[in-house]
Amino acid sequence: MTVAIDRATGKRLGDRGPRPGPLQRLRRSYQKYWYAYAMIAPVVLVLGVLVLYPLAYGFYLTLTDANSLNTARTIGVNEIEATYKFIGFDNYADILWGETAYDRFWSHFIWTIVWTAACVALHYSIGLGLALLLNQKLRGRTFYRLIMVLPWAVPTFVTVFGWRFMLADGGIINSALETLHLPAPQWLEDTFWQRFAAIMVNTWCGVPFMMVSLLGGLQSIDRTLYEAAEMDGANAWQRFRYVTLPGLRSVSSTVVLLGVIWTFNQFAVIFLLFGTTAPDAQILVTWAYYLGFGQQPRDFAQSAAYGILLLAILIVFTSVYRRWLNRNDQQLAI
Amino acid sequence: MSTTTVQKSATADQAPAPAPPRRTRRRGEQGLVGTLAAHGTLTLASLIALFPIAWLVYLSLGPDKDDYLHPGRIWGKMTFDNYSFVLTETNFFDWLKSSLVVSLGTTAIGVIIAATTGYAVSRMRFPGYKKFMWVLLVTQMFPIAVLIVPMYQILSELQLIDTYLGLILVYCSTAVPYCAWLLKGYFDTIPFEIDEAGRVDGLSPFGTFLRLILPLARPGLAVAAFYSFITAFGEVAFATTFLLDDEKYTFAVGLQSFVSEHDAQRNLMAATAVLIAIPVSAFFYLVQKNLVTGLTAGGTKG
Repeated sequence: MTVAIDRATGKRLGDRGPRPGPLQRLRRSYQKYWYAYAMIAPVVLVLGVLVLYPLAYGFYLTLTDANSLNTARTIGVNEIEATYKFIGFDNYADILWGETAYDRFWSHFIWTIVWTAACVALHYSIGLGLALLLNQKLRGRTFYRLIMVLPWAVPTFVTVFGWRFMLADGGIINSALETLHLPAPQWLEDTFWQRFAAIMVNTWCGVPFMMVSLLGGLQSIDRTLYEAAEMDGANAWQRFRYVTLPGLRSVSSTVVLLGVIWTFNQFAVIFLLFGTTAPDAQILVTWAYYLGFGQQPRDFAQSAAYGILLLAILIVFTSVYRRWLNRNDQQLAI
Repeated sequence: MSTTTVQKSATADQAPAPAPPRRTRRRGEQGLVGTLAAHGTLTLASLIALFPIAWLVYLSLGPDKDDYLHPGRIWGKMTFDNYSFVLTETNFFDWLKSSLVVSLGTTAIGVIIAATTGYAVSRMRFPGYKKFMWVLLVTQMFPIAVLIVPMYQILSELQLIDTYLGLILVYCSTAVPYCAWLLKGYFDTIPFEIDEAGRVDGLSPFGTFLRLILPLARPGLAVAAFYSFITAFGEVAFATTFLLDDEKYTFAVGLQSFVSEHDAQRNLMAATAVLIAIPVSAFFYLVQKNLVTGLTAGGTKG
């Protein structure tokens, strides 16, 4: 049998009594929970086969010197056995503090952090601004919303090519800048402008999601709170600061977390905008892909090691972020 | 007590009972300057949102591959030749088939497998619950770089490289936990009382789920399905790496093949891009009514 939980307290109903013996506990726990376990079984199975096994295998590969020349492969009818060998944590050591580690890892690391921070900040602030505008009584706001959702509605791999046409030498953006007698940067060649263009395109792609979710959050804030605040003489800024922002907290914390994860892992924008031509504009994800599949010989071990490092960074960030959120929660509760 | 006429049900009127002689501003109403500024900003934002796509459509009408450099010339010689060429001479329909097979496969597997789990984690607490939720969360943030190398190795051993099944399996690794998470959020919004009523009437937990909750959760299922579809449809990295045969390309790969070949056929590429974008965005707009509820419900913290 399964257990109903009380939503208010999160406690199990009817959870009481002294601890019985271990065997009995096992049996009782089976009787009590088998339904829950049966229901999550399919996902557990899928995750085990499709995620945990490859993850473990990938981690094993990072401890070897596997590349496309020494892994098992079939050429025509010849099957070649794998010949890579175990080298321990050398890959990680090499990535983090080997020779030229700065050029290979740390420069990309810093750029990835800048990229994530800049993109999420832009997504969030622009998204919130537009959501606030759309939340007013305004003629034609549905129409505006429908148009502004467009960058999200069209698949990224399509729109990025649109941007590529616009940013190319002699494309519309540079032509426009030249008509205005402004300098026309080499968007797709110069490192700084590549990064600038990448952030710009990703911002364009990511704002609608933030806007729509924050709009949903805004609409769920109780109107009477604003009335009460107004009665107490709060001006517009104070209403925003003390009613809107706290009301958006749960939505904001989720979309910011999602935004950070998605931006950090954003592959399509940079890969499709520059291909493999821009080594300095690659964030860690695309760089890891480049190591594993964009060059010859393919360096599988290093690429997988980058992957594990990336995952570690994300996990640390997420736990810190959630702990930070929960700390605030406790403070609110007290 | 007399009341003024209620303008909108959402915002209760606050004006004093007898209509004041001076026109007061109602809640949420702006002055003329404010309204104009809001309209101005929104129009600008809409233009920015619209322009790259409109530009793509415009370029797709130019017959020559270098027309994107001289957009002015397109105006005089607009033609749909690119479209007919793409539809008849390229692998467009093969790509369409691959994209649909892969995306629909992922969607079906993802939603079906994730539904019971979403319900279980929404309604039941069991030993290992927190760990399980943590795994679900962590799996969603896997960078593609973590799985792509081992997946490539495993799939080549199983001879699944360059097959739809291989790609579907890879996509399921993200779609399944994501759907479970999203559905949990949706199930959380369905009142517990419904379950309790079902249990009182003698349904088993599975019966409750199947007969009561699942029909109520249709919007949530739609959103989960939609998201799996869109992610699978737009995925670039795995598809680029795992699909080798250009008849099996999904759109995300096929579109790249216009430039990575010996010359860049930008006009054809633009036409293909437009042809892809139209049905997908139409679909998107059909479902988007459910998006906000689905997202914010899915967004509650676990």
